[in-house]
Amino acid sequence: MSSLAAITALLAIAAGPAGGTEPHARPPAALRVCADPNALPYSNARGEGFEIAIARVLARELHRPLELVYLPLRRGFVRNTLGADRCDALMGVPSELERVLATRPYYRSSYVFASRRDRGLEISSLDDPALRRLRIGVELVGDDGANPPAAHALAARGIVDNVVGFTVYGDYREPAPAAAIVRALQRGALDLAIVWGPRAGFFGRRGPPLRIAPVAPRRDGGLPFAFDVSVGVRRGDRALRDALDGALARRHAEIVRILEAYGVPRAPPEPAREEAR
Amino acid sequence: MVNRGAAYDGGRIFFNTLDAHTVAVDARSGKELWKVRVGDIQIGELITMAPLVVKGKVLVGNSGGEFGVRGWVAALDAGTGKEAWRGWSTGPDADVKIGPAFRPFYAQDRGKDLGVTSWPPERWRIGGGNVWGWISYDPELDLVFHGTGNPGTWNPEQRPGDNRWTAGIFARRPDTGEAIWFYQWSPHDLYDHDGVNENVLLDLEPEAGGPRRKLIVHPERNGYVYVVDRTTGEVLSADPFVQITTTTGVDLKTGRLREVDAMKPGYGRATRGVCPAAPGAKDWQPSAFSPRTGLLYIPHQNLCQDEQGYEANYIAGTPYVGANVRMYGTPGKTRGELSAWDPLARSKRWTVAEDLPVWSGALATGGDLVFYGTMDGWFKALDVRTGKELWRRQLPSGIIGQPVTYRGPGGKQYVAILSGIGGWPALVAAGLDTRDQGAGGGIANAVRDLPQRTKPGGAVHVFALP
Repeated sequence: MSSLAAITALLAIAAGPAGGTEPHARPPAALRVCADPNALPYSNARGEGFEIAIARVLARELHRPLELVYLPLRRGFVRNTLGADRCDALMGVPSELERVLATRPYYRSSYVFASRRDRGLEISSLDDPALRRLRIGVELVGDDGANPPAAHALAARGIVDNVVGFTVYGDYREPAPAAAIVRALQRGALDLAIVWGPRAGFFGRRGPPLRIAPVAPRRDGGLPFAFDVSVGVRRGDRALRDALDGALARRHAEIVRILEAYGVPRAPPEPAREEAR
Repeated sequence: MVNRGAAYDGGRIFFNTLDAHTVAVDARSGKELWKVRVGDIQIGELITMAPLVVKGKVLVGNSGGEFGVRGWVAALDAGTGKEAWRGWSTGPDADVKIGPAFRPFYAQDRGKDLGVTSWPPERWRIGGGNVWGWISYDPELDLVFHGTGNPGTWNPEQRPGDNRWTAGIFARRPDTGEAIWFYQWSPHDLYDHDGVNENVLLDLEPEAGGPRRKLIVHPERNGYVYVVDRTTGEVLSADPFVQITTTTGVDLKTGRLREVDAMKPGYGRATRGVCPAAPGAKDWQPSAFSPRTGLLYIPHQNLCQDEQGYEANYIAGTPYVGANVRMYGTPGKTRGELSAWDPLARSKRWTVAEDLPVWSGALATGGDLVFYGTMDGWFKALDVRTGKELWRRQLPSGIIGQPVTYRGPGGKQYVAILSGIGGWPALVAAGLDTRDQGAGGGIANAVRDLPQRTKPGGAVHVFALP
């Protein structure tokens, strides 16, 4: 350990617990959060997005400055962020992501059926026969044959010809690449979009009003349509995970207000285990 | 991320950059002669392949199928970088440069706009078929040969149809790009088996006493060594060089790969014992032919995979569950091999077992040596006839490059190789957490010992033969 690091460690011990009455002898280490520089509604390089807003709340609660490290969140993102020690926390990861140590979930959302309200469509189930004749947009990640659940569930029902795919990567020059599917819906190029809830909720706030309904069934062919979302830290970093859990609990009301302000549709908890599969 | 190399022509070096530019520099001074943008990184379009210069044109192709980038091959004027033509891998015939000269050998490849109609409506627009592998040229036939990658982005059930012109091989005219024939190694690919491996151009007599024919010998990702008539695209033989459970061979009458239904991934079901795994029997690491022995030296792997339910994942703010894939060495085999394949006998003459997948290229010399490198950094020379190891040296990092040989100063023969672990398994060497067997797309389990065997690096090593 370098002598500077040793002095820092000694002073940190001498300064007492965070939130104590003694002044800190040295400024606390920044909470480094990796974020995508162009991924509204979650984050962007201007510091906008609800995940950054929530990260600010957490950092403030932990009495640490927030340091945002920007990297597009693509395949290998855990390795390139936490694994490469570029940052200590990732916002908005699925709680069941095995490659991280996850906090308790701070929200739960689902894929939704989105349509223009003035169309009067009342789709709430993947088994609705109307799906066979509507022009339906779905998101694609193209991960070696794995995609978000709607692409799979529709194909399993033989619903193929009327499906239009939108890669989640989009055109990175655009201010919000993932908005393309909602914009296509709003201008009438799609009748229906089956899209991750937070996107529909956020991008649908401007433009023709949308009807948004959670996808039913919640699980289909073993694929979930609803996900718990947590903050993820490096596996083994229990201290930070526990600190974040505490901060999430204490600031829960403020976090809910942020989610509501961004239009994030919140899903009820997972039903009892025996119904889940 | 890798760069597969550069090309030399007329005093100039040509290479591609990850952010989709092609660059020409003066070979002596390094001065940049021209640099052109051929693709758009903002939509995920990259270039990793090595260009080939043919008749004053620099041939390049793109990567990025997973981002929904439609594949293409293009020709740039070697003097100016100006684009002469571009042939797409999907879409209408005019885009693909299919016209009156197109004569595919098999009936399934004939018909109007198959690059549209072998997909559900509009799927071809984000269909993949990227040209990220090797290009070969036959000056007598005036044909270039290149493979196309797998269909990108769409899960297989959302793209029923053969998905032309992905996972196959094109023969094109270098001056115009017009397609002359095409053959699809893997119609409606299910296994991420890109068709971009090298096409080795050999003139051999495939039948004893029969006529000499102009052939392509191609060790394919799907596990077969194909022998193809390169004048017509007819498949003369396809023989396994690894254990295969996904298919039972190629029907030589129709040219079609025969699939095994039980091995097909499907909604709500998990498959086990899928061989070869997604990286294939051999990925892009190129084989080498010795005209002195008549053998093709194939560096490759023996990997199978199981799907074990699903695991949560997340890309660009989008949660989903994907198949939890675990790769492992084929039972009863070592994870890698350097095989000496006899293309006329259609079998291995000899093989050298390697503990780790052999991800380097092979090189055969006029002095009857075959060189290759291992993932833990051993650079080896074998006797071309027997496979007996004659020399080895451990380099500072694993080897995935292609050895080259040349006559250098003083008339000596030199062999050069890059060390520096990269490519798919290298994610593990770079610290991917192997406690998660499914990490790195499943490769973590197959090479979990790699971090103990090598570390990241990058150096060029040059050896002189005595």
